[in-house]
Amino acid sequence: MNEPATAIEAAVAASPLHQLKDELDIVIPTIRNLDFLEMWRPFLQPYHLIIVQDGDPSKAIKVPNGFDYELYNRNDINRILGPKASCISFKDSACRCFGYMVSKKKYIFTIDDDCFVAKDPSGKAINALEQHIKNLLSPSTPFFFNTLYDPFAEGADFVRGYPFSLREGVSTAVSHGLWLNIPDYDAPTQLVKPLERNTRFVDAVLTIPKGTLFPMCGMNLAFDRQLIGPAMYFGLMGEGQPIGRYDDMWAGWCIKVICDHLGLGVKTGLPYIYHSKASNPFVNLRKEYKGIYWQEDIIPFFQQVVLPKDCTTVQKCYIELAKQVKEKLGKIDPYFDKLADAMVTWIQAWDGLNPTSASFSNGKTG
Amino acid sequence: MSLSIKDDEIDIVIGALRPDLTSFMNEWRTIFSRFHLIIVKDPDLKEELKIPEGFNLDVYKKPDIDRVVGTSTSTIFSGYSCRYFGYLVSRKKYIISVDDDCYPAKDNKGILVDAVAQHITNLTTPATPFFFNTLYDPFTEGADFVRGYPFSLRSGVQCALSCGLWLNLADYDAPTQALKPEERNSRYVDAVLTVPARTLMPISGINIAFNREVIGPALLPSLRLGGEGKFRWETMEDIWSGMCVKVVCDHLGLGVKTGMPYVWRNDRGDAIASLRKEWEGVKLMEEVVPFFQSVRLSREATTTEDCVAEVANVVKEQLGSKDPMFARAAKAMLDWVKLWKSVGSST
Repeated sequence: MNEPATAIEAAVAASPLHQLKDELDIVIPTIRNLDFLEMWRPFLQPYHLIIVQDGDPSKAIKVPNGFDYELYNRNDINRILGPKASCISFKDSACRCFGYMVSKKKYIFTIDDDCFVAKDPSGKAINALEQHIKNLLSPSTPFFFNTLYDPFAEGADFVRGYPFSLREGVSTAVSHGLWLNIPDYDAPTQLVKPLERNTRFVDAVLTIPKGTLFPMCGMNLAFDRQLIGPAMYFGLMGEGQPIGRYDDMWAGWCIKVICDHLGLGVKTGLPYIYHSKASNPFVNLRKEYKGIYWQEDIIPFFQQVVLPKDCTTVQKCYIELAKQVKEKLGKIDPYFDKLADAMVTWIQAWDGLNPTSASFSNGKTG
Repeated sequence: MSLSIKDDEIDIVIGALRPDLTSFMNEWRTIFSRFHLIIVKDPDLKEELKIPEGFNLDVYKKPDIDRVVGTSTSTIFSGYSCRYFGYLVSRKKYIISVDDDCYPAKDNKGILVDAVAQHITNLTTPATPFFFNTLYDPFTEGADFVRGYPFSLRSGVQCALSCGLWLNLADYDAPTQALKPEERNSRYVDAVLTVPARTLMPISGINIAFNREVIGPALLPSLRLGGEGKFRWETMEDIWSGMCVKVVCDHLGLGVKTGMPYVWRNDRGDAIASLRKEWEGVKLMEEVVPFFQSVRLSREATTTEDCVAEVANVVKEQLGSKDPMFARAAKAMLDWVKLWKSVGSST
């Protein structure tokens, strides 16, 4: 047998057959091109892609040969959703959540078009999707922290003192991956540290404890659409909106509150991808600056949210959340009124495209 | 970012459960020799301690313990709890404590880990318990707070406790280790992170450091299993103490970190033999965890001593009737607060 020509070929040769290839969609927002997929080809080609084309719909986006995909531009989004298309952002990667909505699969992996295959410290190419799948298919442990991180990882376990009754864990709804090279910093931090690169490979996956919020980055993210999909709305950003670069943050706070309420788990850590492009910090600052002020009120809001016991589905939780956003955040800025309305529109659009089984449809008024 | 601290602000406290500390001390020499050490001999240990030359240390044995706290009280310091005597008599700001069967570990690059330096870094940089940073410790070289982290939370809070980890023999309970007799921890996770507020965890006493001035009284010997033995598989005292510490830290707005440094924990003992003794501890945790998760301290509890006393009273009220072990633990906690006030406080 010949020596594998690249680290990726070696990794593919070593990895098991592609798991979940008929149960997972890969959602990619793009405005430019999809050249980055060439590097991912060995890991991602077996999977179906949903490309959400932002910006000018008349531009043709070339998808590398051999990938099975569906592509939606703004015209498609308007056509499919009609007036409800107002909840989908324009000129912002937040539009990617349209891809979550139209998917028919159980799992979603979403990745940015400037994210490439990373290498672990031994030089081995990292199959990020394989790790996300491992994370999603193994339980989370949000009720008690395991000091050796993921107890279900190879060579690890629960430590002394961890109650046996909590060792079964709960279903994992979200797997949040990280980034080597260009870290996901906000604009002020980027301005102060323009040369900082993340070179630290932290070999761990851990469950984010119940009751703890985190900043969820949409660059390298996977989730169980059936467990948490309707809560993965990426908000109103971009054109016509006063704020940008808070789409994934918003979704992250919403999903965490709902996961905590429904007893679902959120993991963070591995896998790493290699983030190649640093966006312009001055552009970012203009997009973010309102968010930097508003998050001082938004965070306490989410930390104090209590969802009523009768919110037993994700949609019900989300509608209730939208109501509370309007009541409590509406006074900060009219934007939150609009956002709360858009959250409701999103759920209506989601349910429209994803009609649920008869037993739920009666209770949909929430 | 860390303050520069003088070596004389640090005590290294070692509980000696085995008499011959020669190889232990020699392995740690390059790291420990700058500091003052307090070695406390398990009062149940009959043989003489063997300690190599060249260290600045104080050794406390049963007669010393008897003299300081009285012969009836000195029983609380038996076994792994002997180290608490060291915490009690120390007058330094920072304490670092490792079990006597642990050696310095090597990191992923093969470099010896200076566990003392890492613990001190952990204790002297802020903790961030109110919001999770996905890049772990934001104060470490090459890292920072990520996008979406509220600016008002970026100054963090004081870190009171630093919990390290173990390569080779991880701190598993007896059933787990017995099921996987060959399993050894070889995963070096290059991270320190703050344990979020209101999140509890099993705090192991094997490799730990703390700010004695701020949290000293909350590390305490109180829960003793009926069959407590001389292997970690046969104890829960540190786990119990750790739950108290975390509840107190959460209440007082102090931080607890976990992760690096690693120590190399040597193989010792037989998990299957320990199984019989530790079942008690394993069952206990089913009660202990929900209990601590529900504890809420009052606004009036503003000092560590007050907090510990309040926890003790809640233990007595809510757990005391379920098992005499809890009632004894509650009393031990109240006694400890008194002991700390008389012996432990600097005059």
